[in-house]
Amino acid sequence: MARAVAIIGVGQTKHGRRNEVTYPDMVREAVQAVFAETGLDPKDIDGIVCGTMPSMMEGVALTHFYFADALGAVGKPMMKTETCGTTGMSLAHTGYYWVASGMADLVLVVGSEKMYEGDSQATMSTVMEPFYLRPFLTGAPGVFSIQAQQWMARYKIPEEKSREAAAKISVDHHRDAHDNPYAHIKVDLTLEDVKNSRVINYPIRFWDVCPNSDGACAVIFASEDQAKKMSLKPAWVKGLGFCGDEYWYGDSDKVAWQCAMIAAKQAYDLAGISNPRRELNVAEIYNPFTWIEMLHYECFGFSEPGRACDDVLKGVFARGGELPCDPSGGVLCTNPIGATALIRVAETALQVTGQAGAHQIEGAKLGLAHGLGGVSQFNGLMILGSEL
Amino acid sequence: MTKHFKTLKHNIWLPYQYAVGPVFNRFYEGLKEEKIWANQCPACSKMLVPPRSFCPHCSVDMGEWVEAAQEGKIVTWMTANEPFFGQPVQPPLIGALIHLDGTDCNFLHLVGGLDLNDSAALKEKIKAGTRVRAVWRAEKKGEMLDIMYFQPIS
Repeated sequence: MARAVAIIGVGQTKHGRRNEVTYPDMVREAVQAVFAETGLDPKDIDGIVCGTMPSMMEGVALTHFYFADALGAVGKPMMKTETCGTTGMSLAHTGYYWVASGMADLVLVVGSEKMYEGDSQATMSTVMEPFYLRPFLTGAPGVFSIQAQQWMARYKIPEEKSREAAAKISVDHHRDAHDNPYAHIKVDLTLEDVKNSRVINYPIRFWDVCPNSDGACAVIFASEDQAKKMSLKPAWVKGLGFCGDEYWYGDSDKVAWQCAMIAAKQAYDLAGISNPRRELNVAEIYNPFTWIEMLHYECFGFSEPGRACDDVLKGVFARGGELPCDPSGGVLCTNPIGATALIRVAETALQVTGQAGAHQIEGAKLGLAHGLGGVSQFNGLMILGSEL
Repeated sequence: MTKHFKTLKHNIWLPYQYAVGPVFNRFYEGLKEEKIWANQCPACSKMLVPPRSFCPHCSVDMGEWVEAAQEGKIVTWMTANEPFFGQPVQPPLIGALIHLDGTDCNFLHLVGGLDLNDSAALKEKIKAGTRVRAVWRAEKKGEMLDIMYFQPIS
């Protein structure tokens, strides 16, 4: 690894339908939150990284111009990073690279989305080109349904078992969200509520699907000198990985999913992790759909191939389990997409520094944050720890 | 009392005209003649459908063109019950990855020719491994939907 880098503070907006504020004012809310948390102000920042989903989501092209004032970016270098659902993780990586390179000591990283202002599923459909893929995959649910079915078919997972495990994930996360002050959807569900909700794309039902959210997240990355100078609790970047597949959906195997497995291996190797299920204390998996969370448990080495459902049903990944995943409620409860993977990073930073409040995993020292993007094309991870 | 916040309504309508390029042009022309063209990578020998100008694995220019089989098996599938913006086919529909015989990737298209409203019957008839065959529409336009769908072979 290059220079040591720490996250020294995070800020989130209240996520949900935010019709009462303009988009830049909502971005500023996250920026002000992280400055209040760290005691820093815009003049301390060396550079700014920001990102969102494609411009169609906002109806304003190249939103970094629009947000520059809200980000405190006037007179400073600024970079936009955009990789679809992975955007938030790419933002974190960009901030990390900038500090690790030695070119900056304090970098403000902000992800945001205002999904209620446009048509999110129409925007998602434009991630696919019109020559071949677009007519056949209906927004994000279509992509993830087809992948979930492939996983079940490959390992001959009985439909009832995967349905039961997916329902448990939904019930657990929607309940856990009550303990996260920033979460959007907080609701007490029964397994039957999930299993009887309407089908969106078979086998995925309403309560298996993440919401649209408006919201923003801001994170400050700092060099070792700066992090040690301030009386804050730093979350140290222990490892990161990012990997992509071929563009066309049918060209790669989405079950023994190379880009997820390679990205995880890169991050584990840098962090010196050989047994992730035992060594990690918490993980914030990018889980827009219940089944996709289970697929990642296998790709990231938390479960043996084809066995994630069994582990879920045993409670391995629930709060109080061996490796709690998404104690924040995850993407399933809160999904302002350009911010979503950065929220995974922010939540993991809060966990490993003991600052997660009501959803704190007791004694968490090492955590994994994850982002997923494109037509299931990109995976990115960041490992954070309490010790340098 | 419910608060109402003022929003500004605004629509953007942008026309696009995409260059098809020689490879997809030949592929689309093939569809008009009820042919599904594939082409082969000279480095890894993979037969890819739709055909490409270059191999996404090896980054070399693709080689020989071969007509792909019009039959294959379903690898995975999903149903869509909700209408999505800009979709040319109205729900209910089944999107599926289909492995055409003799090719080395999965081809994304629709499965049809059966009652899509009876989900219990669908689960019996459509599984990973189900054999399917292309069904062509009468009036060809040189586009993906010249193949109406792939129908299970009973």
